[in-house]
Order: sequence, then C-alpha cells, then structure tokens
Amino acid sequence: MASDKTAVALRNLKKFSGVLRELVTGKGQQGQDEVASIWENLKATPDTLRALATRNRSAAIAGISKFRDNLFKLPGSFRDSAVRHDAPTSDRTRSQAIFSNFFLHIHSTKIHPHSLRISTTWGLGVSLVSQFAILTVTGILLMVYYTPSLELAYNSIKDLHYVVPTGRLIRNIHRWTAHLMVFFVILHMARVFYTSAYKSPREFNWVVGMVLFVLTLALSFSGYLLPWDQLAYWAITIGANIAASPNELTHALGLPKIFNLGDLNKELLLGASSVGQDALIRFYMLHVVTLPLILTIGICVHIWRIRKDGGLARPGGTPTAAGQGVGTVEEVAQSAQEQPSKTYGLMCVVKDNSPHTGKDPDETVPSWPYLLRAELLVFMINMLLCVALALFFDAPLSEQANPAVPENPAKAPWYFLGLQEMVSYSAFIGGIVIPTLTVIGLALIPFLDRENGESGVWLESIPARKIALQSVIIGALAAVLAVAVPVNFGWLRNWFPGIPQLIIIICNPGSLLTLAYIIWSLNVMRQTRSTRMGAIALFTCFLVGFVILTYVGTYLRGPNWDFFWSKSSWPIH
Amino acid sequence: MPGRLEPDPIPRRDFIGIYGLWAAALAIFGSILGMMRLPKPRVTPEASTKFRVGTPAEFSPGTVKIIPEYNVRIVATEQGFAAMSLICSHLGCVVRESVDGFLCPCHGSRFSLLGEVLAGPAPRALQWFSVTQAIDGSLIVDTSQETKPGTFFQA
Repeated sequence: MASDKTAVALRNLKKFSGVLRELVTGKGQQGQDEVASIWENLKATPDTLRALATRNRSAAIAGISKFRDNLFKLPGSFRDSAVRHDAPTSDRTRSQAIFSNFFLHIHSTKIHPHSLRISTTWGLGVSLVSQFAILTVTGILLMVYYTPSLELAYNSIKDLHYVVPTGRLIRNIHRWTAHLMVFFVILHMARVFYTSAYKSPREFNWVVGMVLFVLTLALSFSGYLLPWDQLAYWAITIGANIAASPNELTHALGLPKIFNLGDLNKELLLGASSVGQDALIRFYMLHVVTLPLILTIGICVHIWRIRKDGGLARPGGTPTAAGQGVGTVEEVAQSAQEQPSKTYGLMCVVKDNSPHTGKDPDETVPSWPYLLRAELLVFMINMLLCVALALFFDAPLSEQANPAVPENPAKAPWYFLGLQEMVSYSAFIGGIVIPTLTVIGLALIPFLDRENGESGVWLESIPARKIALQSVIIGALAAVLAVAVPVNFGWLRNWFPGIPQLIIIICNPGSLLTLAYIIWSLNVMRQTRSTRMGAIALFTCFLVGFVILTYVGTYLRGPNWDFFWSKSSWPIH
Repeated sequence: MPGRLEPDPIPRRDFIGIYGLWAAALAIFGSILGMMRLPKPRVTPEASTKFRVGTPAEFSPGTVKIIPEYNVRIVATEQGFAAMSLICSHLGCVVRESVDGFLCPCHGSRFSLLGEVLAGPAPRALQWFSVTQAIDGSLIVDTSQETKPGTFFQA
C-alpha cells in the first residue's frame, strides 16, 4: 500500500513536472487545465482533511450523545418494549391491554352482564381460585419452617405457632382456607348443576370440574398428615386402610393372595405397610408439588374451556333484565389521535351460520373494568373471610403422633366423615364403591341428561323446584333411616351371626342408601319423562345424604363409633 | 378393489414414517411405565416379619404373651402354641381385650377369644400366624405366613 501511494505520488509528480515543462515550453491549454485540477486537489487537501476531521469528530460526539440520549430515554423505552399497547384510557385500549397481556388474556375482552350477576354464580368459581392463591402463598411461607421428618415435623408446626413471626396467623389461614375450599368446591358444583350449566357445549368442562373436585379433596387429605399429630396419623391410617379395602372383596370371593390389589394400593400410598416416614415424605411431595401442579393445569383448562364455550352459561341470546342498565357505557367520540390504525389478524373461528350482528356482543360490557373489579371484590371478600377465621380460631393440633395409642374415636377430616359413616358398615362399599360410583355418576350427568333446557338460571321451572323439594325430603328420610336402623336394631351380623361377608358387602346401609336414591331418581325420570328431573332428584338426594351423614359422623359418633346424642354423654376413658 | 385380502399397497415412506412414530410412542410409553416402578418400595422400614418370642420353656400351658411391637398375642395350651393378630380386620386398629374376647375401639367390632367375628363391620376373623421352632429351640412367629385358625404348634 505504501508502495502504491509512493507510485501514485511519483506518477503525480511526473505528471506535474511534465505539465510544468509544457507550461514552461508553452505547450497548451490542456496542460494548464490539468495543472489547475491537480493544484486544486492539492489545495483542497487541507480543507478536505479538516472537513474529514470535523465529520469524524461529530461522528465521535454523535456516538456519545446517542448513548446519552438512549440512557435518559431508558425507563420509557423499557416500558415500551414490555407493554405493546397504548395506555388503557379508552375502552379500545383497555381491551387491547387485556388481549395482549399474558397474565390478563385469559379473560375475554367483553363479558355479558348476566355472568356478573351475583345471584347467578355467587362468585364461587372466582372464590375457589382466590382460595387456591391464598393457599399457595401461605403454603410456600409455611414451607420455610416445616420439616417433613418424623422427629421434626410436629415441633416445626409448634414453632410456626409459637415462635415464627406471623406463623400462627399464616398457619391458621392455611388450615381454614383449605377447609373453606373443600366446602366451596361442593357449593360450586351444586351451583353449576342447579343452573344447568353443564349442558352442551359445556359437558367436558363439567368433567374437568369433577377432576378438580377430586384433586381438591386429595390436596386437603395429603396436607392433613403433615402436622404429624394424633389427629393426622390416625386419619391417614384409616384412609390407607380404606385404600386397602378391595382386599375385603377379594377375600370374600376367596381369590388367591396375588389378587390383593388393596395391598398394592396401600403400599404405593404409604411406601410401607404402616404410616411412617415414607408416608410423610410421599404425602408431602404430593401436597406441595405434584397435586398443585396438576390442579393448576386443571384450572387453566377449566377457564380455557369457559372461554371456548362462549363464557359462562346464560339463558339463550334474548336480552335479560340484567342486560339493561348494568354497565352502560357512554358513547364517546374518539379523538383524532386515538383513531385506530387498523391491522387485521385472525382472532377466532366461531361456529355459526352468519355474522354475529345484532347478537350478544351488543349486550356485553368491557371486562376492564367490570369483570376485573368483580374478581377483585370476590378475592377481597374471601381474603377477609379467611383472615377473620384465622384470627378467631386456631388450627387444631393434638399430641404428637403415637402409633401405640389409637385415637378413640379416630375420625377422618369432616368432608370424609359421611364416607366414614358408611365405611363403618363395610369398608369396601363405603370407602371404594360408593365414592367411585358417586364421582363417575356425577361426571356422567351431562351425557345422560341432554335435554335443551334453560341454561344459567336456577331451577328453571316449577316442576324442577317441586322435584328438588321432594328429593330433599326423601333423601333426608332415607339417610336418617340408614343411620337409625343399625343404631337401634343392629345389622345383619347381629341377627345372623355366621353370615358370609359377601352378603354384608352387598346388603349394608351404605349400599342400600345408594340403591334407594337411584330408585327414587329412576322413578322421577319415569314419571316426569325427563332426564333433567331425574338428575335433579339424584343430585339433591346426594347433597342431602352427604350433609346428614357428615353431621352424624361429626357430632353423633363417639368412642367405638357408638351413637351418642351429645358429646357430654361420651364415656370417660 | 382394495379389501382385507388384497389391501392397497402402502408407500414405503409412509410405512417407515408410521412405524417410526409408533416406535417413538412405544419408547416414551415404555419409559413412563419403567418410571412407574419407582414408587413401589423394594425395602420397607418395618422390621422382619419373622421374630423370636422365647423358648418353649418360658411358655407353660395357660400363658398368654402379647408382643406390642407386632401386635401379636401368643398363647400356650395343652395342644401347643398359637399366635394371633390383634389388628382388626376392618380398618387396622388395634383391638383390646374385653370380657369374652376382643373389642375394636374404632367401630365396635367384637371378636371371640379365637378371633372369630361376633359383631361389627370386621369382614374377617383375626389372623392366626404360623409358629415354628428355630434350630436353637426358640419359637419363631412369622406374620407374613397365615395359618388356619385353630392350628397349634407342637414344640
């Protein structure tokens, strides 16, 4: 390169001297022009250089000032990269916000006022999500101090209660919210049933809901063991033995030992043949990781299905009284700046024959603020309820678990006491058959009742209310009889001492009660020629039976599972 | 005409593709099955089901000995030695002695002295376990070996 420059310089010099010679010898204009241009170039060099230098320095300065400008723009530019919609100052931008935000976009941008009515839903679904959130947060906090070890678990709970700052409150909130969640999940299921919100196209969401129901019970049950007190230990011993109760059937049938699925069941659950360290670790793992993960996924699917099914169930498209006046939004002309720049994208493919003009969306209100506000309100009410319960009532804690000293009576958590009542007659029927039949029966309701009744209204007709009332009475009578007869007169083994167990499995208060409910429901279906009425009959019987048996198991059963009218008549032991 | 006897030939790449996908599915499914083997324990923390209870000399006829760690009741009669479980067959609670046999506190099941069910929800009688003798002469009870009620071991 240097040699090139030198060559160029030499060439220029040669040209210059040649031209000079010509000038001196007076050779002509061309020579003069050449010289002039070369001279101009040479003359221009310092300026060009200076210009170049100036340009480079501005460039250098421009670099630094660019950096400085970017630095000062920073908070805004970061926000613009994260939030890709305009400030939510109009309905359109608020909808945009919901639509494009990861955490909000599970909501639809518009919602029908009927879904917001408290008398439709009682906010039970949102309550459940709120309770799950409260449980997750308090649960994680508790995990900071809880240890799932036989020697340390009980004392870690005591630490939480007496030593850890806010530990008592957090633990109480966790315990009461857990009970509340089980209670609300039953209420929610009843609400969805009685408002016929399981009808097409919502059948699958009902099934997903049943899965969530079972998961909620499993979560509550697995958490029940963790304090490792007498209450926990014996409740789970009962639960594990119920899991082993298929052995009752296989033994009654005389099947060889290899068919003992009950044993396999129990061993998988406990990791041993009795409740110990393995059981504690397994239940902890289930309670803290596995079941919450599955429940979260289930909740997402459940809410997703609500979106895809067109929102919460509501009576067919006609404007309802609720549609008028609720959430009226004033029409405001958009300013020039707010004019939308139209881009089109595929939002959704809907199943219909014609465009949705003049239909539901005209009655809808924007989710922001109406739905979000309603959700916040429900969350706050739940929070208030859970904290109030936690402030006034301490979560129970008995003595440390002692395998040598059985509790008498050893009772399962309240939501299983109805089952335990039936288990006291036959472990297999009460513990396995009836719960399985119940869950499957409930799950199949939307497929067995496919009538196109009104969806989204409570007990849609007078006959429906009549049937429900009749079922309350019949269901209550049958449940009371199922308890009163064995208590006062004993059961088969008292009358026929050598009776084979198989007869007892088939014919015991639990199985007979279930049979009675089924017969009543079939009768209703026959008389009213309606599957919906039959479903109402069966579901109402189930609810009433559940309430009565749970009450009996809670308040009327004492030591040895004997019947006592009140706790004051329990024998002192 | 394609039918069961003369089906349409399947293109080779589709064949390979389908079998490839099934192989992948089988691999995934198989590995899930394999992972499911983990939760069933191979070793449980409980002590061995076989245990010594003493020498025949310690058991004169009429002796009754209860082993609390195993909830087992050993009796010695003229007919020999027998071991019976004290775990209620209903839901696993430990029975306690009553006037004419045993009573389970959990749901009130009643058993005779020989373990037969007299009342209550217990589905079967209390288990009798095998009693054998070790080389050193001491009696061994094995709670994993059930015997017919009424079986006595002659030392």
